[in-house]
Amino acid sequence: MYTNEVIKRFKKPKFMGEMRNPDGIGKVGNPTCGDLMHIFIRVEDEVIKDVKFQTFGCVAAIASSDALCELAKGKTLKEAKKIKDKHIVEKLGDLPPIKHHCSILGADALKEAIKDYEKKR
Amino acid sequence: MKVYLDNGGTTRVDDDIAKEMKVVMTKKYGNPSSVNSMGEESRDIVDDARKVVADSIGALAEEVIFTSGGTESNNLAITSLIGKKHIITSSIEHPSVKEMCKQLASEGYKISFVQPEKNGVIDPKKIEKEINDDTSLVTIMHVNNEIGTIQPIEEIGKICKERKINFHVDAVQSFTKVPIDISNVTSMSFSSHKIHGPKGVGALYFKKGKKVKRMLFGGHQERDLRAGTENVPGIHGFSLAVKKEQPVEEIKKLRDMLIDGILKEIPDTFLNGDKERICNNANITFKFIEGEGLLMHLDMKGISVSTGSACSSRSLEPSHVLLALGLKHEDAHGSIRFTLSKYTTEEEIIYTIKQVKSIVKKLREISPLGK
Repeated sequence: MYTNEVIKRFKKPKFMGEMRNPDGIGKVGNPTCGDLMHIFIRVEDEVIKDVKFQTFGCVAAIASSDALCELAKGKTLKEAKKIKDKHIVEKLGDLPPIKHHCSILGADALKEAIKDYEKKR
Repeated sequence: MKVYLDNGGTTRVDDDIAKEMKVVMTKKYGNPSSVNSMGEESRDIVDDARKVVADSIGALAEEVIFTSGGTESNNLAITSLIGKKHIITSSIEHPSVKEMCKQLASEGYKISFVQPEKNGVIDPKKIEKEINDDTSLVTIMHVNNEIGTIQPIEEIGKICKERKINFHVDAVQSFTKVPIDISNVTSMSFSSHKIHGPKGVGALYFKKGKKVKRMLFGGHQERDLRAGTENVPGIHGFSLAVKKEQPVEEIKKLRDMLIDGILKEIPDTFLNGDKERICNNANITFKFIEGEGLLMHLDMKGISVSTGSACSSRSLEPSHVLLALGLKHEDAHGSIRFTLSKYTTEEEIIYTIKQVKSIVKKLREISPLGK
């Protein structure tokens, strides 16, 4: 059902955990639907220096969160805003069609985190 | 270590049953409808098996129809027992009953879905309340496949008998593990692969005097009620499984050990459904995490379980059974079903508790909930 990349990231997510005093937080999803994603970013000179996630969700949701973090890290905010669900799916090799919403959730969460940062600034 | 705790899904076939089935497949492979001696030999196997199944529930041999399994048995019973346009069932039935009822609803039948109490047990009074002049059938499962709760089928049966309404019972999960009383039942479904028999075979008890409405047309097999050459090796294997004793008390002891271990050692967990349940089932919610993740991690440790989470199913809705108990969606998503068998060992249970504990801790660290 899942690609090796999905399983690998699910098993050992590199970016999991909470961030202390992040510059921006993106919270999307709803536990009722079985997915809740929090993305934390640290920004320096318009560049995402660090990113972390906390996710309540299935294998695909956790793997998508982790793939997103890797895509976002080191990018300028302008570049990061262009990260879409399809980039997450590519990074993961693939996702089953029924799990596509997990990648959409990931892209949305990052957008929300950047929005939060820009609002606070 | 390999630990199989998905016996509610299916079970390992007993070695000696598999061996005996092979003999039927390779040596006694005649067609029971044939007049030759090979056919006669096969016919005897089917007749003997029918008697075994009938005796195990106190029925007559002629009241047992062999089918392809629980789903067909449930479909055949419901198809046969409807007449007037109202059916009563519960909201926690197996899909082979639930979907059948939905189909009938689309054909103009009225279906009452009775909700269970919070403990997963159905109150017979609620069923009685739904009965009206148009009711032709009540169909209720004996033991729930997800939470293992036992329904009061004797009481429901009495009500149905008094009101002269057909009563079908899906006994797929309970067969050989919970005592069965057919005295007030019109029909009852059984499956072989839940009791260490082969897949693809089951039976329907159908009370003498009631009329079966055929679904399969063809030859004269099963007294003209179900056409198609009999699955002789399967039927033989099924009857051997029926004859085996289930070590109910031993299974229960290990199951209780699993429940106590998890609930005691892991905070924010609870048992779904009444404590009084079938010997081999434990359905537990782990708050703040999602079932599929836990299932996958356990799988990597060699432990097979199942989950009521939506993510493991084709839909995105969590278990209809857990929602019917009044569980919050996120708690239904975080449920795991452990189902034991006679092959489960104490060592396996100790290993499972240990693994569940460390995985839950890890997944909760990833989760934003519960802080």
